[in-house]
Amino acid sequence: MSQGTGIYLVDGILLVGIDENINDSDILDLEDRLAERVHESRARGIVIDISALEIVDTFVGRIIAQLAGIGALLDSPTYLVGMRPAVAMTLVELGMTLPTVRTARNLQHAVERLREGR
Amino acid sequence: MRHLPALPGHPFEERVIAVERDVVRARLAVGHAMDRLGARTIRKTRLVTAASEIFRNAFLYGGGGRVTIHIVEADRMVWVDCIDEGPGIPDLAQAMKDGYTSGRGLGRGLGGAKRLVGHFEIHSVPGRGTQVRMASQA
Repeated sequence: MSQGTGIYLVDGILLVGIDENINDSDILDLEDRLAERVHESRARGIVIDISALEIVDTFVGRIIAQLAGIGALLDSPTYLVGMRPAVAMTLVELGMTLPTVRTARNLQHAVERLREGR
Repeated sequence: MRHLPALPGHPFEERVIAVERDVVRARLAVGHAMDRLGARTIRKTRLVTAASEIFRNAFLYGGGGRVTIHIVEADRMVWVDCIDEGPGIPDLAQAMKDGYTSGRGLGRGLGGAKRLVGHFEIHSVPGRGTQVRMASQA
């Protein structure tokens, strides 16, 4: 497994953790593993946790958008959780508002929404 | 390519960007400089994010770079220089526009980075390299 990421299946939901050491060579591997896990586990959804990230630049923003895109194509609703307030403000200033990515306030909210099928 | 005069203030740290992990190491150093001055979270986040964009550009397109971080205690500023000896940017005005990219990124890097910091300067000479200078108050 690459250093910058982890994928865990918890109660029918795939939890993806991204840490700040994620690099270019990890991305394809992560996307590949996520797509496989969604397919084989029949997970009801994906939650991407970025609470470990002090910053999100356009490089990491692009990774998040791509992961959510894979989730959407595989009919697996995807939520982003753990965004720090300063990160949200900075992303807006960067012009990167991630319009295709659904966010939830925290992991519990995301899990509740996925269970309700929203 | 060094174009601008030396940075003001005291040297805080120097970093070389040679491999991809160095991008994170160098931006952490920028964060430490902001911490040294007791920066507010939002200001630190803005400068570190801008630095990350610029450092990654130097790694991806400039063949690596050298980062110099200075602190000015009097006005609580952190200054960052990132210098590469890559191919340079032929059309800077175009490169500063949102959405422009000559490579794999999303192309929001340069214009976005400029919006995040108090001071932003870029000098580039085709065939010789690029110098980006950023500064923000803590």
